[in-house]
Amino acid sequence: MRRYLWPCVVLALVIAYPLVLSTPFQQRLGALVLLYAIAASAWNVVGGYAGQVSVGHVVFFGCGAYAAMGAYTHFALSPLVGIPAGIVLAVAIAAIVGVPTLRLSGHYFSMATIAVAELVRLVVTNTDYLGAAVGLSGPTVPRNMFDLSFISALPYYYLFLAVLSITLLITWAMTNSRMGYYLRAIKDSERAARSLGAPTSRTKLYAFMLSAGLTSVAGALYAMLVGFVDPESGLGILISVKILIMAALGGAGLLFGPLVGAAILVPLEEISNSLLGGKGAGLTFVVYGAIILLIARFQPGGILTLVKRLWDRRGKPEKAVVAAGAGHAP
Amino acid sequence: MSFVLVQVIVGGLLLGAVYALFSSGLTLVWGMMNIVNFAHGDFVMLGMYVAYVVFTLFGVGPLAGAPLATLVLATLGIVVYFGLIRDIMKGPMLAQILGTFGLALLLRYSVFWWFGANFLSLPQNIVGGTFAFWGLRIEASRLLAGVVALLVTLGLHLLLTRTSLGSKMLAVAEDATAAQLMGIRPDTMQAVAWAIAAGATGLAGALIATFFYIVPTVGETLGIVAFVTVSLGGFGSVPGALVAGLLIGVIESLSGYLIGAVYKDIVVYALFLSFLWFRPQGLMGKT
Repeated sequence: MRRYLWPCVVLALVIAYPLVLSTPFQQRLGALVLLYAIAASAWNVVGGYAGQVSVGHVVFFGCGAYAAMGAYTHFALSPLVGIPAGIVLAVAIAAIVGVPTLRLSGHYFSMATIAVAELVRLVVTNTDYLGAAVGLSGPTVPRNMFDLSFISALPYYYLFLAVLSITLLITWAMTNSRMGYYLRAIKDSERAARSLGAPTSRTKLYAFMLSAGLTSVAGALYAMLVGFVDPESGLGILISVKILIMAALGGAGLLFGPLVGAAILVPLEEISNSLLGGKGAGLTFVVYGAIILLIARFQPGGILTLVKRLWDRRGKPEKAVVAAGAGHAP
Repeated sequence: MSFVLVQVIVGGLLLGAVYALFSSGLTLVWGMMNIVNFAHGDFVMLGMYVAYVVFTLFGVGPLAGAPLATLVLATLGIVVYFGLIRDIMKGPMLAQILGTFGLALLLRYSVFWWFGANFLSLPQNIVGGTFAFWGLRIEASRLLAGVVALLVTLGLHLLLTRTSLGSKMLAVAEDATAAQLMGIRPDTMQAVAWAIAAGATGLAGALIATFFYIVPTVGETLGIVAFVTVSLGGFGSVPGALVAGLLIGVIESLSGYLIGAVYKDIVVYALFLSFLWFRPQGLMGKT
């Protein structure tokens, strides 16, 4: 039973959070943490499990955001209706980028994702139908419940929590399926996996498409929360950066890694923004850059891997702890 | 062919030579160590800012700014190699990409924080006036940038193919362990490669600073241009980068003139993606 104690406590805390810390700022902060946790978990499918570093994930985020807002602006439908369209679009773009690049070395994939994100951002900025530089807005006054336009962040919080649970469930199911075995084999040694008959390119492509679809949902939810989307907030490269760094900081390729990353970085950014105002924007990304650099240099496995290693060492004899040189009492 | 068109093509070739210069740095490092430097465009941006700072502090133009920018960036290249690259080279792909990408963010937003997001520029006439050849009007600053970039890129090619230093570097690229057995230090050679690659970006940055807009995020665009150039020219090939750089300069200028200024980047990115589909080994390269 003790195995399930801590997960239950954490889950209860997460559910109770917006009711206990109930100022609008705190509720919104909670919703944003969950939202970025969804996006980072989605990135994790291709970046962590498949080991293919996408630096342009914002393009899928933007697909969802624009589809949701477009459904309202152009067809007067609920933004929810836009979600499937956003998923289809994101998966199609993922296929277009993934088919040629996932056969090549991982660098090509990363470069292509940057290029496609910039390409889409430029095209959208110059397309009047998509609001050009101004962007698209959602419903300001909700017509009915399905417009999902609330003043309080509380409903969004629980909506995002539900979507995050589904995302994690899908990821977990994937790792325990045949595809999960292939992905692990590919990550260990792609050449060995291929020589044993694992369909490497196709598996990576499926992971990329799955990741794109999930990211698009996150984008749609984000647009509903803030009520609009423009090229900067829906397609700017910095969104990609945030998504990527959260997953990498927490632990890429671990189920709960992106959650840990989002829980650390989103409050950090929101608080530094409210303290420093506009001047903090540049500084935040200086810190982000430094964090990514340090992770890559010293701890590519992220925080969770580090914690796990220290945890495993806990029961070992004193000598092992001293040898590690860390002042970490058992 | 209309006269304006010739003018546009010449302008594209001159800019393309600068693209070739900084892209050859990227291709050198990629070919030698199989590392893609995602901060490459931001190195160029730093070169531009060095030229700008030199001008605002001492009031001197690119003649002093360019060598200094080359030196500063070459030093940075060595620091980056020993501080970061040497360790992440052996690590997983995730660490390689995140490492240089984090460096890119760090550089870009440090400059952003320090200088602000405003567009800066050097005075128009810092490299005197405009030349007229057979009716073609070429700004002296662009001519200087294009010619110097072309010469240095060719010099880089000669350095790699005709000197003993170049042979040593190629030996390390081929097989670092075997090179070490022959008495060549891979570490030193790789540091030299980083110094050359980063120095080239510094020079290129200082050269275009005289007529390009100077802004912290310019490195993102230039970085993608470098990727396109390298993937078009075939990785590891300086002559390939030269041809591809000139070609991209011309394509960019032509599409800017024929379709509209906002579409010139779109055309280049679309070209890149279509190349990945149809000819990933580049124009002249082998895979």
